[in-house]
Amino acid sequence: MRSQTDDAVSRALRAGPTAREAEAAAAAAASDRLLARIAGEGLADVTYAPVESPFGTLHAAVTPRGLVRLAFPEETEPAMVEELARRISPRVVRSPEPLGQLEHELDEYFSGRRRSFSLKLDWRLIGPFATRVLKHTAAIPYGSFSSYGEIAAEAGSPRGARAAGNALGANPIPIVIPCHRVLHAGGGLGGYGGGLERKRFLLELEGALER
Amino acid sequence: MSAPPPPFQAFLDDNREAVWRFLVSSVGPTDAEDCFQETFVSALRAYPRLRADSNLRAWVLTIAHRKAVDCHRGRARRALPVQDIEVLDTRAGDGAGPVDAELWGAVRELPPRQRSAVVLRFVGDLPHREIASAIGCSEDAARRSLHEGLKKLRAEVAA
Repeated sequence: MRSQTDDAVSRALRAGPTAREAEAAAAAAASDRLLARIAGEGLADVTYAPVESPFGTLHAAVTPRGLVRLAFPEETEPAMVEELARRISPRVVRSPEPLGQLEHELDEYFSGRRRSFSLKLDWRLIGPFATRVLKHTAAIPYGSFSSYGEIAAEAGSPRGARAAGNALGANPIPIVIPCHRVLHAGGGLGGYGGGLERKRFLLELEGALER
Repeated sequence: MSAPPPPFQAFLDDNREAVWRFLVSSVGPTDAEDCFQETFVSALRAYPRLRADSNLRAWVLTIAHRKAVDCHRGRARRALPVQDIEVLDTRAGDGAGPVDAELWGAVRELPPRQRSAVVLRFVGDLPHREIASAIGCSEDAARRSLHEGLKKLRAEVAA
């Protein structure tokens, strides 16, 4: 049998020491301070943040080695984060600050004031053949373009145009690694992981295609 | 090889309130901040070694329980700060009554296992099995700790 005191004690214990909403807010604030500390002490393996662009909000991820992923808006943030946790490390956290250098360089690039990126890149999501393909792709100058066959030949696989196309289509760091600069030898645009509209937009921005 | 745990950010988002409530209840709002940071930094360090099928809530509360115990030990060595209890007077829970500030003061004076058992049961709403795995004892021992803790609290409040 329960006395009145018992009920009061159980009720008070269930109510907790402070109001629910106040605690939710306090927990969120404590979690923000935690993320600032994790960033300050470099405790995470991967950090992500949104980045604005003319295409909408991109999702970017960096590791201590450099930029490892840039995702177009239709790839949702949870999907990107899930993939990073699986392929790199589950120690993935949101960045408490915007990714300053990336934002700055993308902003300059999209306003036509930057022709190449000086960001360090982390290539670990890119396999050996794709790395050769994308390194040669990264060397195509701003404002010009190459073809799938040429890039495949440069990567040591003269008959590998299709494989090169697959590697380009799976580029985890589009825009910064300029896979949009690889077209069909016949002059067709070819494909683009982010959609052909965007490929055309980037080539026009760079003056490789007429507007 | 077993699958890795979910992204740490998702784990943090899912568990931060439970950990915060547990810590405020067991060490008070002033020390909860440090214990919260220490709990999740320890969790982050150990995180990649976890298995996906681990009970993440019980696991992180185990760490929080240990941090709370450390905090109480450190506090026992220092002069005892009393302001925590005053801060609690500003709460506005449903059960708000004259009993509360005294009660939470008494909760924090319980022996560590009893304190964690009471907090995990009432604040964390965990079943006995999970309380047991969070504080690292058998289910029976958890049940006993909870019972003993409640008995003391009731005696305290009735006094």
